[in-house]
Amino acid sequence: MSAAPPPSAPLLTCRDLAVSIAGRPILHNLNLVLHPAERLAILGRNGVGKTTLLHTLSGLRAADRGEIELSGDSYARLGPRCAARLRGLLPQHQGDAFTANVLETVLIGRHPHLSRWDWESEADERIAREALAAVGLAELATRSIHTLSGGERQRVALATLLVQQPRVYLLDEPLAHLDLNHQVAMLELMTRRIRADDAGLVMVLHDVNLAARYSDRVLLLYGDGEFEMGDSDKVLDAKRLSRLYGHPLRVIEEGGRRWFVPEIAA
Amino acid sequence: MNRRRARLILILLVIASTCSVLFSLAVGSVALTPVEVWAALFGQAENEGHNLAREVVCNLRLPRALSAFACGGLLALAGALMQVLLRNPLADPYVLGISGGAAVGALAAMLLGVGASFGLGAAAFAGALIAMGLVFGLARGDGSWTQTRLLLTGVIVASGCGAAVALMLSLAPEQQLRGMLFWLMGDAGEATAPMPAMLILAAGLAIALFFSRELNLLTRGPVLAATLGANVSRLRLMLYFLASLLTATAVTSVGSIGFVGLVVPHLARLALGNDQRLLLPAATLAGGALLTLADTLARSVVAPQQLPVGVLTALIGVPVFLFLLVRAPRLEHP
Repeated sequence: MSAAPPPSAPLLTCRDLAVSIAGRPILHNLNLVLHPAERLAILGRNGVGKTTLLHTLSGLRAADRGEIELSGDSYARLGPRCAARLRGLLPQHQGDAFTANVLETVLIGRHPHLSRWDWESEADERIAREALAAVGLAELATRSIHTLSGGERQRVALATLLVQQPRVYLLDEPLAHLDLNHQVAMLELMTRRIRADDAGLVMVLHDVNLAARYSDRVLLLYGDGEFEMGDSDKVLDAKRLSRLYGHPLRVIEEGGRRWFVPEIAA
Repeated sequence: MNRRRARLILILLVIASTCSVLFSLAVGSVALTPVEVWAALFGQAENEGHNLAREVVCNLRLPRALSAFACGGLLALAGALMQVLLRNPLADPYVLGISGGAAVGALAAMLLGVGASFGLGAAAFAGALIAMGLVFGLARGDGSWTQTRLLLTGVIVASGCGAAVALMLSLAPEQQLRGMLFWLMGDAGEATAPMPAMLILAAGLAIALFFSRELNLLTRGPVLAATLGANVSRLRLMLYFLASLLTATAVTSVGSIGFVGLVVPHLARLALGNDQRLLLPAATLAGGALLTLADTLARSVVAPQQLPVGVLTALIGVPVFLFLLVRAPRLEHP
């Protein structure tokens, strides 16, 4: 386990952050403090810059302006290796060029915890097998990743991230390829994990109802630099979501919960 | 895969490599028994026959065997590194025109009358760097579209190099032609000083092993590699430069030999998996052993006639490559 940061330092801090892609603004003046056990969902239309923002928060690309700090340190001060012990990213799947078995693939996540000439120890393998069990793939440890379905491959990617044991989890469309059962199971698993470890969670989601249920705060990206951020139960409403997606949405109240459904012409 | 199993496999490969070199020392117009080879290498001078064996083994066969070994190792290692760099199991220095560039450089130097092996080496290295710069400068990035573009650029640069080589051959004076042709097809017989290539191979392998776990990350994609703590752009630059240096060294010492850089890492991956900590040294040793054997066959099958070893490896490599391609189409398009 990585050493616990001083309790005063928030997990992830953005000050006056401005991000753009190819001259097109994604957002300006984002001030964000992510606290332990907090879940932030990023919502927005396709191509609005959600992945770019997530990569910027991961330190993979530079922001136009502003500062990002992990547990009180900038990425420049931390260096890539220390940063890898503090934050982990579930990227969108890029395809597997080479074959490998599931366990080897998951063990890759231990990289930042090993020194240069180390091989993965039995303890590392135990962590990997626990992660596989957590995503329900314990039996597939020796299977080739090329034989997996899209949803199984996505769960292997999540297990790789769990094995990394970061303090901040950044998930890019974590529910892609997952069936309904596994969508809920994944969000439950992540919620349990960040509460147990006092970690933080930032995720790009496309399902408004799951975002409402499984996030504490939401960040709505409208495109062209406009955004809104706030508590999920306050910010999420039919008016904002209709504007966000450019499609009318309706709220249905049922059992004390609100459900957002798209208006569909009969 | 764990450290102990990897060590065991590498020890076996070291033994196999040693055997291939000893075999190469024993086979030829003067056939020697293993005992005679051993005596020639390590024994004291005793009689006339022994001195002949010593002359043949130490001055003729050993430099040639070691050159072939170094060249095979260099090409296999360069191919394995290129495959990681391009995230494509079908990449090798030959496909991307790097050895073509080295050949253009070396032949141009020959044509201009550069005789010294240092001059040839510098020219071949410069040619390889120019070809590599062209290919990667024209096709940067790592999406599937740019990988297609990269391969396409490589094929175009390689065929451009082919045309330049043909032009130089047609302009070359008669007495240089045969040497140039043999250089092109690969000729370990001209190689008299295997040590520089062996040293570069050892240094290149050490550098590659130093970064081997980061290379494992890179095979999983640049984004994941970067989030797990690898400095992707620096790692790629290192791979460009290292693969280019290794290829240029191989092509300079023995000539441009096809398919070792493609087929050997591929076979090693099929047999041992894709953990670069094992794959890189295993491919290096297997490539060295394979080219040593191929060179021994090239000079002994139709003796006293010598076959160009590059032709032999291509004749073996083409069907193996096609077999792998047909058998595992998923490897290219997951």
